[in-house]
Amino acid sequence: MAQPLIQAEVALLLKGKKSVFNLEIALTIEPGELLVVTGESGSGKTTLLRVLAGLEKKARGCIFSGTSIWQDSSKKIFVPPQKRKVGLVFQQYALFPNMTVRENLLYALPKGGSKKIITELMEVKGLTELADNYPPQLSGGQQQRVALARALIQKPSLLLLDEPLSALDFTMRSRLQTFLLDIHRQNQLTTVLVTHNEDEIRQLANRVICLKDGKISAEGIPNALFPIKQSTLKGLWMGMEKNRGKVKIGENEVSVSLLDHHFASPLLGEEVWIDFGAEGAFLQKNKGQ
Amino acid sequence: MNEPFWQTLLLTLQLATYTTLLLFLLGFPLAYWLAHTRSRWRRWIESLVSLPLVLPPTVIGFYLLLAFSPGNPFGRWLHEVFGIQFVFSFAGLVVGSLVYSLPFMVQPLQAGLEGLPSQLVEASYMLGKSRWQTLTRVILPNIRPSLWSGAILTFAHTVGEFGVVLMIGGNIPGQTRVASIAIFEEVESLHYAQAHQYAAILVVLSFLLLLAFYSLNQQHRQWRNR
Repeated sequence: MAQPLIQAEVALLLKGKKSVFNLEIALTIEPGELLVVTGESGSGKTTLLRVLAGLEKKARGCIFSGTSIWQDSSKKIFVPPQKRKVGLVFQQYALFPNMTVRENLLYALPKGGSKKIITELMEVKGLTELADNYPPQLSGGQQQRVALARALIQKPSLLLLDEPLSALDFTMRSRLQTFLLDIHRQNQLTTVLVTHNEDEIRQLANRVICLKDGKISAEGIPNALFPIKQSTLKGLWMGMEKNRGKVKIGENEVSVSLLDHHFASPLLGEEVWIDFGAEGAFLQKNKGQ
Repeated sequence: MNEPFWQTLLLTLQLATYTTLLLFLLGFPLAYWLAHTRSRWRRWIESLVSLPLVLPPTVIGFYLLLAFSPGNPFGRWLHEVFGIQFVFSFAGLVVGSLVYSLPFMVQPLQAGLEGLPSQLVEASYMLGKSRWQTLTRVILPNIRPSLWSGAILTFAHTVGEFGVVLMIGGNIPGQTRVASIAIFEEVESLHYAQAHQYAAILVVLSFLLLLAFYSLNQQHRQWRNR
């Protein structure tokens, strides 16, 4: 299904007891794009997602999804979250604790939808064995996969992910980064991901916007906004072995745990660059890509 | 144990059942509003809801009696327009019990709703589910212990009420004579054996209700920690 272009120009004033927060953002999300929203805590990242999702009724402005209008305050149009077909994965997953994994997924099935999609999704996402478990019985990573699968069932036109990997350890995070990229590639799903993890930004983003005090402070491609500061080494690709990449650097062959990368595996003997970041190594075909 | 005895007990249980069911329907929206509102009226409404906890039941009964009496314009209006007479009638007992037991239903429900992460409700909306579907499939099942608390405490409290029902309902066998009033009357008439029968049944019933309440609470704790 072709994804629509999302255009938003929104403002929201949130008054707390001690402070006032003003969100003012104009942005366009290209069809099939993976847009990362980053910024310090309290900069408005989650609020922006909530506005796009339709969970902030007090927001003013316009949001268009393709030719349909989700919101136009001047015409008093507000499409409720139920009718936007937006998938939202919350930071704390928000799985229904009274339902098993299968029931959580079944609940998301639109009226008249085929239950086959649930079985398929559970197989693809490796959830079949967990089908009869309740959310509190799952690990953080498992809950995250269920939450993602649940958000995908209604085939959303926009997927919003609110720091979905922040509560996970490094290994689980890198695994789920791959999982997210796979989902994005397979469905060509327009996705907005909120994160403040620079590695995640470089791994996942097509484009990044940085927020500060509720406004866009920077926008661009990830490596321009977040240049890699860590050491980079050139080598020759020698293939994968036991989930680790082998790279010949000079006379030596090194084996490195690789985070996922955007492109297909290099050819044997092809020149590659490895960036040794704080949380592991990742591979590039060209230096500074 | 004769027929009036069972009639009185049945009336007591009927009163408690009607009160519990009606109070759930009335109390849930009120508890939901209290749990989510930022209105400055909240503290006023909360204080009003809690008033029956501290007021002598006779005070509530007294004012309800005045309000509903045919000598009062409101009571007369109810009688003339709707043909309803609350004073010395079973319907009046139900109204009195609704007021008297209000905090026992509203407070547990409010606590349950306040403890429910708002993201669960929002997640349901994001999955395209209506407010009704969200209420029945997400909200109510996840505040089950509060529902049980509200229902059991309201039921038990209504079974045990005395002052309000005496003031508003009097002591008409088969209509307004409930167990707590029957005990009082039997003692006054020195019929200790009959008083014992009522009292023992109330003790056992109340104990069983509280036992059910704590068992359900324990079960829920185990379910949550599974």
